Amino acid sequence: MAEFFQLLVIGLSQGCVYGLIAMGFVMIYKATEMVNFAQGDIMMLGSFVAFTIIVTWGFNFWLGLLLAMGVMAVFGFLVDAVVVRRIIGQPQFSIVILTISLGFIFRAVAGMIWGQAPLSLDTPFVGTSNFGGAVIGHDRLAIMGGTVAVVSLLFLFLRYSRWGIAMQAASQNQLAAFYVGIPVKLVYSGVWGLAAAISCVAGVLLAPITLIGPLNGFLGIKAFAAAVIGGFGSLPGALIGGLIIGIAEPFAAAYLPEVKNIIGYLIMFAVLMLRPEGLFATIYQKKV
Amino acid sequence: MRVLFKTDYNQDIKFAKHSGYVFWYGLLLAGVFLAPMALDTYWINELTRVLIYALAGLGLMVVTGFTGQVSLGHAAFMAIGAYTHAFLLTQGVPFFVSLPIAALTSGVVGLLIAIPASRMTGLYLTIASLAFAIVVEDVVIHWEGVTGGNRGMAVDPPMLFGYEIFEAWEYYYIVLVLLIMSIILVLNVLRSPLGRSMLAVRDSEISAESLGIRVAHTKVLAFLISAALTGLAGGLFAHFIQFLSPETFGILLSIQLLLMIVVGGLGTVHGAIYGAVLIGFLEATISIMKDWLPPAIGNQPGLEPGLFGVILVLFIIFEPEGVYGRWLKFRTFLENFPFYRRNTFKRQRSYLKTERMR
Amino acid sequence: MSFFEIENLSLSFGGVKAVDGVNFAMEKGEVFTIVGPNGAGKSTIFNMISSFYAPDEGHIRFKGEDITEARADAIARIGIARTFQNIELFEHSTLLQNLLIGREIHNRVPVLRQLIFDPGVRRAELEHRRKVEDVIDFLELAHYRDERIANLPYGVRKKIELGRALCVEPELLLLDEPASGLNPEETEDMGFWIDDIKNDLGISVLMIEHDMSLVNEVSDRVLALNNGCVIAEGSAQEVQNHPDVVAAYLGGAA
Repeated sequence: MAEFFQLLVIGLSQGCVYGLIAMGFVMIYKATEMVNFAQGDIMMLGSFVAFTIIVTWGFNFWLGLLLAMGVMAVFGFLVDAVVVRRIIGQPQFSIVILTISLGFIFRAVAGMIWGQAPLSLDTPFVGTSNFGGAVIGHDRLAIMGGTVAVVSLLFLFLRYSRWGIAMQAASQNQLAAFYVGIPVKLVYSGVWGLAAAISCVAGVLLAPITLIGPLNGFLGIKAFAAAVIGGFGSLPGALIGGLIIGIAEPFAAAYLPEVKNIIGYLIMFAVLMLRPEGLFATIYQKKV
Repeated sequence: MRVLFKTDYNQDIKFAKHSGYVFWYGLLLAGVFLAPMALDTYWINELTRVLIYALAGLGLMVVTGFTGQVSLGHAAFMAIGAYTHAFLLTQGVPFFVSLPIAALTSGVVGLLIAIPASRMTGLYLTIASLAFAIVVEDVVIHWEGVTGGNRGMAVDPPMLFGYEIFEAWEYYYIVLVLLIMSIILVLNVLRSPLGRSMLAVRDSEISAESLGIRVAHTKVLAFLISAALTGLAGGLFAHFIQFLSPETFGILLSIQLLLMIVVGGLGTVHGAIYGAVLIGFLEATISIMKDWLPPAIGNQPGLEPGLFGVILVLFIIFEPEGVYGRWLKFRTFLENFPFYRRNTFKRQRSYLKTERMR
Repeated sequence: MSFFEIENLSLSFGGVKAVDGVNFAMEKGEVFTIVGPNGAGKSTIFNMISSFYAPDEGHIRFKGEDITEARADAIARIGIARTFQNIELFEHSTLLQNLLIGREIHNRVPVLRQLIFDPGVRRAELEHRRKVEDVIDFLELAHYRDERIANLPYGVRKKIELGRALCVEPELLLLDEPASGLNPEETEDMGFWIDDIKNDLGISVLMIEHDMSLVNEVSDRVLALNNGCVIAEGSAQEVQNHPDVVAAYLGGAA
């Protein structure tokens, strides 16, 4: 029983990380209808930036985290403003290829600046607690808590702020949004910045568990699978998709070790067989 | 400036649309067949590598360039072709039987993947293809009995009618002939109803359906042909690199294939060839450059993909039609000289209109 | 039993009832026009005929056969072809290729033979080409044959969409706002073509249209729709003078 609970917590915390990245991904998609295949690598960059601020320059953890989020927000904003904006209106695959390429560039640059050796970032969430025989690390609890905080703030922002509504309008009809005076380009870049900041949080929360390295971005692929399971266009779906994959992995590792690396993708395939739109999808049909 | 007089519908169906085609392509074919006489082994091998890449890229072009289904995992089909072929050889199957079987196996897997994939929107299909490649890599690692797992698998040189193919130029001709046959096959598809259906599916699924095209069926066929061609390239690649291991067919190779067809010119057969030439050239250049760069940059494992990334980004932003597109513009310039107008190929500003409907 | 009939067709999107109990029938060889303000549900009806949407209630019958449940790609085979309000041509292909794609339902050659392109395949291709050339002659599109659609002006694209639908050799042609975006001369030409399609080619036409001059010119009968419901049916004059129709277009006492 204790082992079950332990696996569950590990699964949930890992799932939260996938979910956070997937939410950043889906947020950009909902607002701009573009897919950002570099979201995992942005998370990786976020954790490196946080490392530099907190460890190399010695800032306080919480201040450092906020600064890192700010830096990544600006970075995400600039990526959209300088690069991605130029291909608005081009078919989907152009954007797919562009963002994949950006991911490669980020990885190469990160390797050049910080090197390939894994770095360690200490967070204040040390120690473990004992819940009826199950030993739960505080870092894992922090991940789950952090995710709850981020999701709540995001929900409030999108539902009740003018920017959230502006984002939706700009996503449904860009030209019309221009006409009514929405600063569409600013809104899009803002979404990219927001998604980058969220991924930065995910990266920092993950750091104690996996150590920071340039290849961490590959986590993003599982996040894409999570977004597919949840159904694109649904933020809660992305989180749930992430949790599903996250929970499946440690259980697979314990009971079906051969598939532990690919269980997430197998679940994704299964979902796509039964419900090709994903679990909570918005309906896709080109209006003619 | 050439003015083309069309007097027969066959002229639009033929491959050689006018005498210029016959002359230039004839020259190219002659050059390519006579090359081994003039080049030494190193360059023949490089050329063979380019030809194999071109075949793999051609396969990817069928499904991504012509049918519009972006596949991020095509290296998986090369892996399937390579390992199947190598395995069958160890079981004593002759080369010219094993190779088609390997290609067919890859094609069948492509078919099986395509059946659920054809029901997904393009974006899900892309992610699913990525996941597929990861799953295949995992299967290769775990199925040690057949693939040798992480330890890898050696590949014997090909034996044709009891004669062992040892020389670089001998293998070059085998690859060349197979590539030419594949190109003819793809060109045949393009000028027949199936090819038109693929283009229709790429450009507008809705109107394709309203014209009676079975969209899912077309996608499945595209995947079958694409996977078979790429699998064939995989089988040929196996002999070329002589030793197979799971990392060879990782995501970097998939991205390389995508890079090839995008930079070469998406949606054209020429694009696959140009892209392969470019990649071969690039790989050689990067190897040379590595010695010149400071170690912090040069020794990075991420350098090659990073550079590919930069090239792809530049092409997507500035020249989405690829090298072949740029060549077409240049040729139009030459043909219309001195009446060429700079804005002939000006791209329209386009706005994003959502494809979602709730 | 009519040539084509719609019986009690209804469809809601969420809370909005887009089409509400629509009934009408048309005879073979006539030009039947549906008019109505924007949002009246006209294109939605077309999309249900094309099986892009499934109706909540009601039936669609063509030559006596119920086609409500038919798959989208079977509709062309049944004998119904359509054009789209916002042109859905294949942008990166030439005019010729677009029209040849319209011949798809007449394709009999199996895929394996297409791969080797034997003389039989070639003969079939030439036959399709001949049929397509007939349509090109009919619509006077010859000089645009090898142009890519992306390079052609809007008015020409509308004709090409019509041509592509004609290549299907349908018995019933659905035209979704054929005159939208066309200037008066082009609209008049469109009127002549619809007449020719009806008289020379013997194809029945069901169309949606806003341009009243075109409606008066070509229609045999007209149906007026508002808020998803039928408000009038009859000849073009009768419908235009109907008080409910006037109120719907110009506003009036509810």
